[in-house]
Formats: sequence, structure tokens, C-alpha cells
Amino acid sequence: MQKGKKIIAIGERDGVPGPVIAECLEAAGYEVVFQVTECFV
Amino acid sequence: MPDRTKPVRVGIEGISYSLTHVPDLVRYGSKPLRELRAQPALRPQLTKHLRDFRAATAYAPHQVYIGNIGPEQLSDLATPWYENLIDGATGEGRFGDLVDQDKFYAQLGCADRFELVKFDEKWFRECAARHSTARLPRLGSPAEIETRCAKGALPLYSAEKLIGAFEQGHDEDANLVAEVLLENLATKVTAAHSLRSVLNALKINPGEIEYVISCSEEAVGDRYNRGGGNLAKAIAEDVGCENASGSDTKAFCAGPMYAMVHGASLIQAGIAKKVAVVAGGSLAKLGMKFESHLKKNMPVLEDVLGSFAAILTAAKPGQPSVRLDSVAFHPVRAGASPQAMAESLAERPLARLGLTLTDVDRYAVELHNPEITVPSGSGDVPRTNYLTLAALAVMRGQIAKSQMQDFVRARGMLGYAPTQGHIPSAIVYLGHAMESLRAGKIRQALLIAKGSLFLGRMTQLSDGCSFLVDRNDV
Repeated sequence: MQKGKKIIAIGERDGVPGPVIAECLEAAGYEVVFQVTECFV
Repeated sequence: MPDRTKPVRVGIEGISYSLTHVPDLVRYGSKPLRELRAQPALRPQLTKHLRDFRAATAYAPHQVYIGNIGPEQLSDLATPWYENLIDGATGEGRFGDLVDQDKFYAQLGCADRFELVKFDEKWFRECAARHSTARLPRLGSPAEIETRCAKGALPLYSAEKLIGAFEQGHDEDANLVAEVLLENLATKVTAAHSLRSVLNALKINPGEIEYVISCSEEAVGDRYNRGGGNLAKAIAEDVGCENASGSDTKAFCAGPMYAMVHGASLIQAGIAKKVAVVAGGSLAKLGMKFESHLKKNMPVLEDVLGSFAAILTAAKPGQPSVRLDSVAFHPVRAGASPQAMAESLAERPLARLGLTLTDVDRYAVELHNPEITVPSGSGDVPRTNYLTLAALAVMRGQIAKSQMQDFVRARGMLGYAPTQGHIPSAIVYLGHAMESLRAGKIRQALLIAKGSLFLGRMTQLSDGCSFLVDRNDV
């Protein structure tokens, strides 16, 4: 079901960083096409 | 061999904080500058939502910042704070002050060593000249100012009236355009103001300072030395610290914590007897969340430049001190999750001293004012950080899950700092920590700051630095 689904992962410095989101989603079979961590302050 | 069982302390003589209220420079913050260029129609809306100096002074978080109200009192005050201003508030605090825009322009003129700024003579003599402590800036007629702006100088305003022109430093160097130089000079003068304030408060002659460390967020330099730096020495010169040299310490928002550690280390090593750690404000961050504030029909709350200056010396008996043996850095291998951060910057350094998370009376994290960040969806940053510490204490069996909120209430505080990056990052609490330590209200505070290194696109890593402050009760 996840195969072929493309993901943009935007993480947050004080929450969950982008690479962590990407790693989880890739392990679940998604294709992460872009990941970034942002700092909103 | 040093005795590692004994605390290693360096004294904090004092700290001063300043907030410089510059509503007419909000338009030159990075976000407003971009948005106003794209949508000029936003400008009247922005102008309508700017605060006057009285409202900025009577704003409760600002009163906490300069030391007139304790951070623990904020939760008792009616919200929104911007609608419930403090009656009788003054711009002079127990360890800081608010500076109005006219005074800032006078300071800008005094600190300008390259004839970058020129003011309308009539306006300057009426409004700003009384604040000039050194030489007058270049002055001219309104027509002259208009001509300079028409030729590309950056217009400076006072209540929407054109009163000055700020010129570029070079025809072809993107690092010396007027916007960048104004940002750098604003950092210099706000840091210098705080350094003067702390030296005056402590009755220290500027000549006694041997080293100045600036941990501001600007990047001073030309096209061959972008970010070349040493704004510290320019600040030292401006304040008359004629026997000092200095250097800059940069680590995004964690810069002040590293600067304090470096400064304390110079004292501990016997290299310097008095060190000043200073930071000026970040003009780029003015109005960063202004669109959300306009949407919520709030005042634009990011209208101040934050600065501070601390003086470090060898620790005296009873003096609030930096515990050098508690210093923790966030290592490369640690990982960037909030839990990894809390382990590296709180749990492990405390364990090294035989302490647990519940032994610390107060934690200072990134104390961003939630009234600024929540409306834009950025959340309550300090609360998130306190809950992470509380959750770690639960995981380690130091408190029950049901005690998490108590942990946050007892050992944390509401955020009260403007979103000036390096300023909210724990260092903003040091003045209150020193007062509470002297009064015996707390035994120690752990200051924790994080830095978003990934923003510079050189690494995906975050960073952080922490240390305990306590009394030198030997």
C-alpha cells in the first residue's frame, strides 16, 4: 500500500527532526523525496 | 593533577540586558523585507499594528526581561499580555532597560566609523541629539536625505517620516550592502549599550576589561571574508575597553552558552582577569512572525532588538558562578532528537556531579515568549522543552508520569524573551538566576541552549551546550 507513495518530510528542531521522520517512513515502504529540519524560532 | 572532586567555579560579577524598541526597522527584518517587496499593500497593515514605546515598555514579558517582574509571576498575570499592560511600568529595570528608537538612532550615528548614515539635521537636533554621547553623525537637509535614498541608500524612518539615509559600503560587494551593514551596526550598538550598562552598574572602569567575546548573530565581513567577524573588538572600542581585545563565538542560538564557557575558561586558565561576554540584537529576526500577528489582529510583537553583557571574574565567596565542571556539549554522535539532547545536555552532566534531574531547582531552556510563537503555529517552545526533561525524568524513574506537570511548574517557567535567537537561549534567565541564588530561593539552575546548525546547510546536525550556575559557597 505504501509502495510508490512519495513523501516530503518536514521536521522541527524542538520536535521530530526531518531525518528521523524520513527513516521511519522509508522503513515503512514510502519513498521520501525530500526531507528537511526547520527551526521555527 | 586537578582535584576533580571539587567544584570548578568562575564568578559572574553581573549581567545587564537591553531591549531596543525599533518599530520603524521592523520593515527591514528578513521576513517583512521579502513580503513587503512582494506585496507592497501589506505595508499600511504592518504600520497599523506596530506598538509605541509605552506599550513595548509596559508589556509584561519585557518587564520580566529587564528584571522588574520575576518570571514566576508571569503565570499570575492576565493574558493576552499585549492587552493587559503593566500599570506604571518603567523602562529601567533591576538589571536592564528598554531603549527607544530615537536613542537607538543617536547610538547608531555615534558608532558609525565609516560615514554610512546621515540624518535629517532638524529631526536629529530635536529628537536624537540629546542622546549623543560622542561625536554627532553626518547631518543634512531633508532634500539631501531624499536624494541619497533615491540613489539607493536605505531610508530610515521615524513614525513613517523619512529622517535618515543609510548607505552601502561598496559598489559591488553583496556583504557590504546597506541592509547588511545596518544589521551589523545595529548589533554593535545594542551590544555596546548593554556592555556600558553592566560596567556602569558594577562601577567597573572599561579599561579593566581584558577580553570581550561577542556571541551575536550577525556576519561581519567583506566578499573575501564573509563572516570574518571580531565584532567583539569593535564593541570593545565603542565602549572604551582600550586594554581589551576579543573575538566572536558563533554557534547559532547556542552561541552565548559557548561564549560563557570560553570566557570562564580564560579566567580559570589565568589568561584574563575580567572578561565581558556580550551579544547585540538580530535585526533580521524583527517581524519574523508578523504575518500571523496581522492575521490574529495582534500587535507585531517582534519589534525589539535584544542584547546582553555579562562580566566574568575569578569567583568570590558567595558569588553566583558558572560551574565549569558541569559544562556539557552535544557531541556529533549524540543524535538530534529532543531525548538525545536532554540526555546529553542535562542527564549526563548532572550524573557526572552525582545529581539527578530532580536535584536541579530551575531549568532555563529556550525561553521564547509563547505569545509570539503560538499564533504562528510554532508552538510553546519552552513548554515543549520542559516536558521533554520531565518525560526523561519519568523514563528514569525519578518522578511518576502523573508528576510531569508539577515538574514543569516547579522547575520551569513561562517564556518571556523576544524571538531573537541567541537571546532567549537560556542566557536570558541568568539575571533572575543570580538574584534567586543570592536570595537563597534556588540552589542552582541548569542553563541549556540548542543551536540549529542545519539551517546553514553544512550539516544535518543540531547542537547544544549547557552548564550549571550556583553560589560559590566554599
